[in-house]
Amino acid sequence: MSYPRRAWIVLWKDVLSERRSKETLNALFFFALLLLFVFQFSLGADRERLVAALPGLLWLGFVLSGLLGLGRAFLGERENDCWEGLVVVPGDKSAIYLGKVGGSLLLMLVVEAVVLALFGIFFNVDLAPHLAPLALVIGLGTVGFAAVGTLFAAMTAQVRARELLFPVLLLPVLVPVLLAGVKATEAVLGGETLGAVAHWLRLLAAADVIYLTVGVLTFDAVLEG
Amino acid sequence: MSRLIRVLGWLAALGLLAGLVMAFGVTPREVTQGNVQRIMYVHVPAVWVAYVAFAVVFVASVAHLLRRSAGADRLAHAAAEAGVVFLGVNIATGSIWGKPTWGTWWTWDARLTSVSVVFLIYVGYLLLRRMIDDRERAGRYAAILGILGAPNIYLVHVSVYWWRTLHQPPSLLKAGSATMPPVLWAAVLLNFAAFALLSAYFVAKRTRLLRWEQEALP
Repeated sequence: MSYPRRAWIVLWKDVLSERRSKETLNALFFFALLLLFVFQFSLGADRERLVAALPGLLWLGFVLSGLLGLGRAFLGERENDCWEGLVVVPGDKSAIYLGKVGGSLLLMLVVEAVVLALFGIFFNVDLAPHLAPLALVIGLGTVGFAAVGTLFAAMTAQVRARELLFPVLLLPVLVPVLLAGVKATEAVLGGETLGAVAHWLRLLAAADVIYLTVGVLTFDAVLEG
Repeated sequence: MSRLIRVLGWLAALGLLAGLVMAFGVTPREVTQGNVQRIMYVHVPAVWVAYVAFAVVFVASVAHLLRRSAGADRLAHAAAEAGVVFLGVNIATGSIWGKPTWGTWWTWDARLTSVSVVFLIYVGYLLLRRMIDDRERAGRYAAILGILGAPNIYLVHVSVYWWRTLHQPPSLLKAGSATMPPVLWAAVLLNFAAFALLSAYFVAKRTRLLRWEQEALP
């Protein structure tokens, strides 16, 4: 079986199991809605303050729901004793990693689209004119997020204090993605062109490449057990 | 081996003593900052040593994943501990210097922020090691983080600089460093040598202790 095909099968397995159970997605949508209330309560009704904080809040929403969603990336394998199954899969194990990253990426993008729509509606922000550049910024950021998040989720899946260790490891590593994401989003929502944030986009792309490369090269060592 | 470690320890002690004499006796009192400036002789060498230690973590982590050598794993573990200690010293002395000079213990300045993010990454590294009971697995997972950490240091620094300085690329040379008199440089470099010896001593001791632990509890 070819390498892309093996990655695709892992991805499709995750999508299928999520589509049938809708376990993670349903909870994450609800969580995103709750976040909006929390943000609103903590900032108050002041419209200007809200608009100024919007890019940061948006990424905070992505990160918080991402921590919950990505942290579960290997729960199915662990709880159903499929970990050994992954270990004995013949061929290059990084195909499994890329499939898992793809699955996490899809999940994150769906949640982020919903968060974005909820922000637009509840905070009364007109996102429509900025949608294309915003999609690029968020897409680039989410690839890095999913790449390193999936790697760490696999690493912490077998650890005692998994829920605690996962964010503690992930958040400091993600600082570059978070900063670039917030800054680029801020500029894009402020009406600037993508050219003005090209340096941030390059940083995001560099982070994506580095995280994916490290993941592909080291995933074998994670799977061993 | 133990004799080598002892020699290393004595050399470090001598170096630290010479560094103290240099920092307090030989170098002149700074005109505007006064004696507070002398903290630089600890502050700057500490961060250099910490980054050398993290480079060692990276190399040892790669070696461990390629060859599964327990020695490389112990070296990475010990070097990460030394790096965290020296980076901690750097942040603490920076904070102590900041209070009289800037009037605040902490500010979200680019350098402070990026260094403390790196500090948190390696504290996470040590935490990961501690939370996995199986030693072999802890070594493998920590190695992955040790490898990811090194390029991430660069990303963190670039992103934090851009974040604070609004698009200006980071300047490689600190303002004023070109005009720093040679005697001040000598004090910084001497202290760097002493700190490097000290951290090599720490790493050698810790590596040996980790080996004994593993031999006692295989």
